[in-house]
Amino acid sequence: MTQRHIRLNVNGQPREGDASPRKLLVDFLREDLGLTGTHAGCEHGVCGACTVVFDGEAVRSCLLFAVQAEGAAISTVESLADGETLHVLQQSFHECHALQCGFCTPGILMSMSVFLSECPAPTEQQVREALSGTLCRCTGYQNIVRAVQLAATRLAATRLAATRLAAK
Amino acid sequence: MKGHRFIGTNQPRLEDRRLLTGAGKFVGDVRLPGMVSAALLRSQEAHARIRAIDASGALALPGVLAVFTAQDLGEVGGIPMRLAPREALQKCFQKPLASDRVRYVGEPLALVVAVDRYVAEDALELIDVSLESLPPVADVELGRGRDAAVLHASLGGNVAEHIVMRVGDPEGALARSAIRLSERFRIQRHTGIPMETRGLLASYDRGTDIVTIWGAAKVPHFNRQILADLLGRAESTVHMIETDVGGGFGVRGEFYPEDFLVPWAAIALGRPVQWIEDRREHMSAANHSREQVHHVEVGVRHDGTIEAMVTRAAHDMGAYIRTNGFVVPERAAAFVPGPYRMRNFLSEVDCVMTTKTPTGSYRGPGRFEAAFVRERTIDLIARELRLDPAEVRRRNFVQPAEMPYNVGTKAFGHDVIYDSGDYPRLFEQALERVGYEALRAEQATARAQGRFMGIGLATFVEKTGVGPWETARVRIDGSGFVTVYSGVTSVGQGMETVLAQICAEQLGVAPEKIIVRHGDTAVIPLGAGAYGSRGTVTGGSALWDAAGQVRDKLLQLAAHRLEVSADELELREGTVMLPGTDLSMTFRELARAALPGQPMPPGMEPGLDISAYYVVKETTCPYGVHVAVVDVDAELGVARVRKYLMAYDIGVAVNPMLVEGQLVGGFAQGLGGALLEELVYSDEAQLLTGSFMDYLLPTSMEMPSQIDVVLTQDAPSPHNALGLKGAGEGGTVAVGAAIANAVADALAPLGIRVTALPLSPNAIFELIRAARKAG
Repeated sequence: MTQRHIRLNVNGQPREGDASPRKLLVDFLREDLGLTGTHAGCEHGVCGACTVVFDGEAVRSCLLFAVQAEGAAISTVESLADGETLHVLQQSFHECHALQCGFCTPGILMSMSVFLSECPAPTEQQVREALSGTLCRCTGYQNIVRAVQLAATRLAATRLAATRLAAK
Repeated sequence: MKGHRFIGTNQPRLEDRRLLTGAGKFVGDVRLPGMVSAALLRSQEAHARIRAIDASGALALPGVLAVFTAQDLGEVGGIPMRLAPREALQKCFQKPLASDRVRYVGEPLALVVAVDRYVAEDALELIDVSLESLPPVADVELGRGRDAAVLHASLGGNVAEHIVMRVGDPEGALARSAIRLSERFRIQRHTGIPMETRGLLASYDRGTDIVTIWGAAKVPHFNRQILADLLGRAESTVHMIETDVGGGFGVRGEFYPEDFLVPWAAIALGRPVQWIEDRREHMSAANHSREQVHHVEVGVRHDGTIEAMVTRAAHDMGAYIRTNGFVVPERAAAFVPGPYRMRNFLSEVDCVMTTKTPTGSYRGPGRFEAAFVRERTIDLIARELRLDPAEVRRRNFVQPAEMPYNVGTKAFGHDVIYDSGDYPRLFEQALERVGYEALRAEQATARAQGRFMGIGLATFVEKTGVGPWETARVRIDGSGFVTVYSGVTSVGQGMETVLAQICAEQLGVAPEKIIVRHGDTAVIPLGAGAYGSRGTVTGGSALWDAAGQVRDKLLQLAAHRLEVSADELELREGTVMLPGTDLSMTFRELARAALPGQPMPPGMEPGLDISAYYVVKETTCPYGVHVAVVDVDAELGVARVRKYLMAYDIGVAVNPMLVEGQLVGGFAQGLGGALLEELVYSDEAQLLTGSFMDYLLPTSMEMPSQIDVVLTQDAPSPHNALGLKGAGEGGTVAVGAAIANAVADALAPLGIRVTALPLSPNAIFELIRAARKAG
């Protein structure tokens, strides 16, 4: 099948590659760009394990073709931590025991990172609604809900501190 | 536990960092140069004779390397049972590819290998299969009948095994009982559904003649043996590597047809072959579980004491006997009595072959089913006698003074013996914690207002730490680092952390500093694996022994070198030291002092590298109580679990946070089985719920926001040094029972009897409609 050349920005870096028009974005990220942190759990858009941030929105990379990402800016789970320092969501997941097998975790982290930017002080019910787009078979979600709330609290504290610093 | 420094703490998991940062290595993440992809052609008919398979069209497609059918495999044996082989069942083993007949939708017919998965799937469409339809056997009860088509001719019928467990004089006691009740119960077909589908990558090196397989899980050592046997190779030339595993739940890691086909193809083609199952395949190819129909009779006294219980069941085995054999129906038969005294008991199970996906174990195998049947029966008794369901339970509990308690049933040919426990005590703790009396008062108010609120109770005894044995090895290397080599595997439950905690306790080194290796058969030559809630109990006990021996050796060796008494020495953070002095030796120094040729205490062998085996003589039996509070919307038929309590006695918790994680996660799967999940088959034995669009898994919205866990450690097991019992399945086994009891309780004013799972909105709506029509 004819290959198309794709240029895009992934995790802040310009990347490019060749893919046939039918190649799924999730396969392109994993196989061609070597970003295997994004997982395919159902390949029909239900489980959310493959969620990445695509031009600022959380999307399922199993429902997009790689060619649709031409010119897009994509973030995957590999971009969250700052070197050895975990992102506040990752740290909260660790402390709250919000993951077991860890297969769904990258998709949940990416989807929650967008959610918290849109809804910085969520109620438990709002977290549950936001989480309902991703399936986890190990944890029963309880600790994920707690972790997201903990991350929201910490992010709010960081923002407050930054605001105070700016005001000085 | 008292006096412990690391055991009993909520140690954060050592596995988390790699999994949170995308650095985990699942089988699909492993890529090798020259790797090609496999896809399977699967039967779309439930039961048919194979006339011909023509692969010429597929072979002509550019990028296709090979298409293999049963003929290409030559003489290859059926995939054997891993546990407790039985002669009759061997007549129903599955071959890696169907040769003359297909017996379920999803059965592998051919294997395509191509440059990538896309092309491989294109090729599947070009294979021409000619089938001659045979009558399907879709219903487990009808499958026993004389009119049913026979799946395996040499069996003579479709009942592969008839299990009988008899205690006392059940028929006589039933006949003499003051009150006799009967009911038919049905548990639906559903299964584990790990979020990562199965997958394998196999590579063959002609030079060394070693075939390496990534993606082994659960039982890599058993699978190595099965594969070596099927390929006619030495075990030492089969190298299994466990990668990170995206959930197991009993389903993943058993030996399936693909576990033969992918390595076989890699050897045949001389290229690395990858196969990653897609979700649609998984739904019909990986083991199903749970489907049973029970006819129960129970005889009771007027005070609710059970005189006799008899259950006659049909268990749906599916089309072939797979690696779990008849473990699931046997467990279901053996565990019906639960924590209640049943001195006259009969359980009979027909293991019925049907033209549906073969079955195996799923978290709490047999016990989820048994708990549903038993606990619903207890509630039937309560309703009949107008007693509080809690009171009927109190009147039948096995008492602590009766421990160890021989149930009289058997599992794997061994007596089922409860090792320790105080069932009435935990029951009262659970009721008090949940506020049972207050809930009953609230229910009375709700009923007066026409609302349907229900409270469901269920109790259970688990069987954990199952055999046959487990291995552990502890080595201190020349740099002073401690490495644990364990025969158990990880399916995502946090084994590395728990094992590190146990080793840390013996050696006084922080768990974070301990390296835990598992699942690679070249590194760990012998192991059993992850099933039957056994990792911590068996792997932990073997490790406790091995690390204890290393500890003793460190102390003896340091005492010898420092010329002091070993009794006075202490282990602290990688050092053996004499408190109050500057006399000390680091692990690094001691590792070098233990090399061959160095001066050693008399009789001591060189090396700080010790292996130990833990042989399971008796399994351990944790126990629990579940309480569900449910509101039923009678217009929509929706049952919402408002609150759920789990009380569980684990004996000794190595990491309470992880135990709680197991219980809550296990509950979520139980909730799916209680309310949502069903592998529905048509009369033609076509799977109708083969995707996540129609097989519904619980989301964060179905989970109650109030989940309470009462974790007690009142009854350590007498069978291992630490008193450990298992944690993996106690969250799941009683959920179907507790929620069904709660829904039945909610709908009691309508006179509704709840006898089947799942209690989906449709099912509840139908129950209500039928009751209103009748009433």
